Amino acid sequence: MTLLKADNITMRFGGLTAVDSFKIEIEPGEIVGLIGPNGAGKTTVFNMITGIYTPTENRIYFQEEDITGLKPDRIAKMGIARTFQNIRLLDNLSVLDNVMIGTHLHLKSNLFSAIFRLPGYVKEENELYEKSRQLLKKVELDEYAGEKAGSLPYGKQRKLEIARALATEPRLLLLDEPAAGMNPQESKELVDFIRQIRDEFEVTVFLIEHDMKVVMEICERILVLDYGVTIAEGKPEEIKNNPEVIKAYLGVDVVNA
Amino acid sequence: MTRKKEQLLSFVALIVLAILTYLAQNYLDNYKLRILNLGAIYATLGVSLNLIFGFTGQFSLGHAGFMAIGAYTTALLIMPPMYKEMTFIIEPLIWPLNVLQLPFIVALLLGGLFAAILAILIGLPVLRLKGDYLGIATLGFAEIVRVIANNIPQVTNGALGLKGIPQYTNLWWTMGFAVLTVFIVKRLISSSYGRALMAIRENEIAAEAIGVNLTYHKVMSFTISAFFAGIGGGLLASLLTTIDPRAFMFIMTFNVLIVVVIGGLGSITGTVIAAFLFNFCLEYLRPIEEGFSLGPLSIPEVPGLRMVTFSLLLLVVILFKQNGLMGEIEFTWKGFFRFLSRFKANRPMKGEGM
Repeated sequence: MTLLKADNITMRFGGLTAVDSFKIEIEPGEIVGLIGPNGAGKTTVFNMITGIYTPTENRIYFQEEDITGLKPDRIAKMGIARTFQNIRLLDNLSVLDNVMIGTHLHLKSNLFSAIFRLPGYVKEENELYEKSRQLLKKVELDEYAGEKAGSLPYGKQRKLEIARALATEPRLLLLDEPAAGMNPQESKELVDFIRQIRDEFEVTVFLIEHDMKVVMEICERILVLDYGVTIAEGKPEEIKNNPEVIKAYLGVDVVNA
Repeated sequence: MTRKKEQLLSFVALIVLAILTYLAQNYLDNYKLRILNLGAIYATLGVSLNLIFGFTGQFSLGHAGFMAIGAYTTALLIMPPMYKEMTFIIEPLIWPLNVLQLPFIVALLLGGLFAAILAILIGLPVLRLKGDYLGIATLGFAEIVRVIANNIPQVTNGALGLKGIPQYTNLWWTMGFAVLTVFIVKRLISSSYGRALMAIRENEIAAEAIGVNLTYHKVMSFTISAFFAGIGGGLLASLLTTIDPRAFMFIMTFNVLIVVVIGGLGSITGTVIAAFLFNFCLEYLRPIEEGFSLGPLSIPEVPGLRMVTFSLLLLVVILFKQNGLMGEIEFTWKGFFRFLSRFKANRPMKGEGM
């Protein structure tokens, strides 16, 4: 079963076509990359999938269900989680709370039993706590559990954002430039980390990245966007040698030279 | 410290509070009792405003509107029919309000309930706004409530207001509801729902992306806040025994807002402390208005100087303690004993010195 399917979706802002007829099919367990120069429309694609924007044309399907136009929290509930290009943590809350809020969407107890601490809620709360603790352990952030999320070093903040996304138990994980601002050593660790969570949490990963080293190493399939148009799709080696891609990134003269 | 022990301590503290309330209710004069009552009512109002503003991050200035609804509902339901006939001289009170008389607690809860229902109705459209815009919209709502109250004499007696409301409010009621409000809000914010509210405050986009339903949580917080504002209004009506639309001008909301800001946005403890402090200061700064001399400088009688002093005090707090008295810190038994042990550790050192 195809996990995510976008059928020629188009996003227009007034006269500007940010994304034109974007087409993708992602199978469970894949790691797919989305690259392209600045302003190519990559984040717009993510925003359409996660419900921040509704595509102007055509529809998006997740596990064969139409998710076009649903609100972001509904889409998160269905199993799509994401991180943001500019980290969006809940800075003043603890690391543990950040992850626990990710589990809130699975809470079954109602408000009344939560306020009056009825046995059903207490049991659930304990489960959520254990689950979050486990998750922090798995991503090696356990020792920071009590610290404010905003006080973590940059690399750890990125990791925490991924952990928070994982807390929602997604089937599909969208990572928006996970290696941005990382040094080569951190990027290398990130590659291993993404592989590890793919296997351990059985998620499918769809990521935007500018660090070509990371993209080429980790992605099994890559799409290239330029001015909202998909100009290439294929395996990393194919993309590397595609003249269209080189033109988009480096300009036309380099190709002719 | 174990959870059991903490619960036991809280229970003991409640009993102590009950004893103090009993003593105050029976041995303090009316003037002091009134200040304490107002303090407790402001604690209820402040903690409820803190829920929507401090914890959920939604800048609501509609508190006076919800209070007005609670106050009028309570007043109309507890006034004896004979009194109502005497009060409504311009236009008679409509049926069934003119014959209805209910117990105080029922009237209070109904007042809170009406405020809560209205909060759902206006919250659904208005809570889509953010920041200052939400503040303006909710302020507008409160003003609308006031203007309507002014213009339906067959229900509210118009600008004349209601007089002769039975004075049921005493320290038991005000303290009881203050404790209940603190209990419910504290339990709410330390639950999973409360974490979701704080997530909305910290970053709306992130909260939504991890599955927090913004509309549901915002409206829920707004509604609970309005419920206690309505109850606070009802308690106030029965304490003052007279209300009119002018009592619920935006200055009322700002008084509560001052309490929340001085106490610390996001601190229930701070709000409660600030609520009492605010009312003590308002009263004990009165002598300033009567004129006094500062050495060679003699200051004549200036009505309203009390409020100027109060504004200055507020400025000092905002300049030097931006996060309010308590910041985001809450009272816990653990923290309390840590605080005490500091003195214990100091004592032997003093002994050595002597």
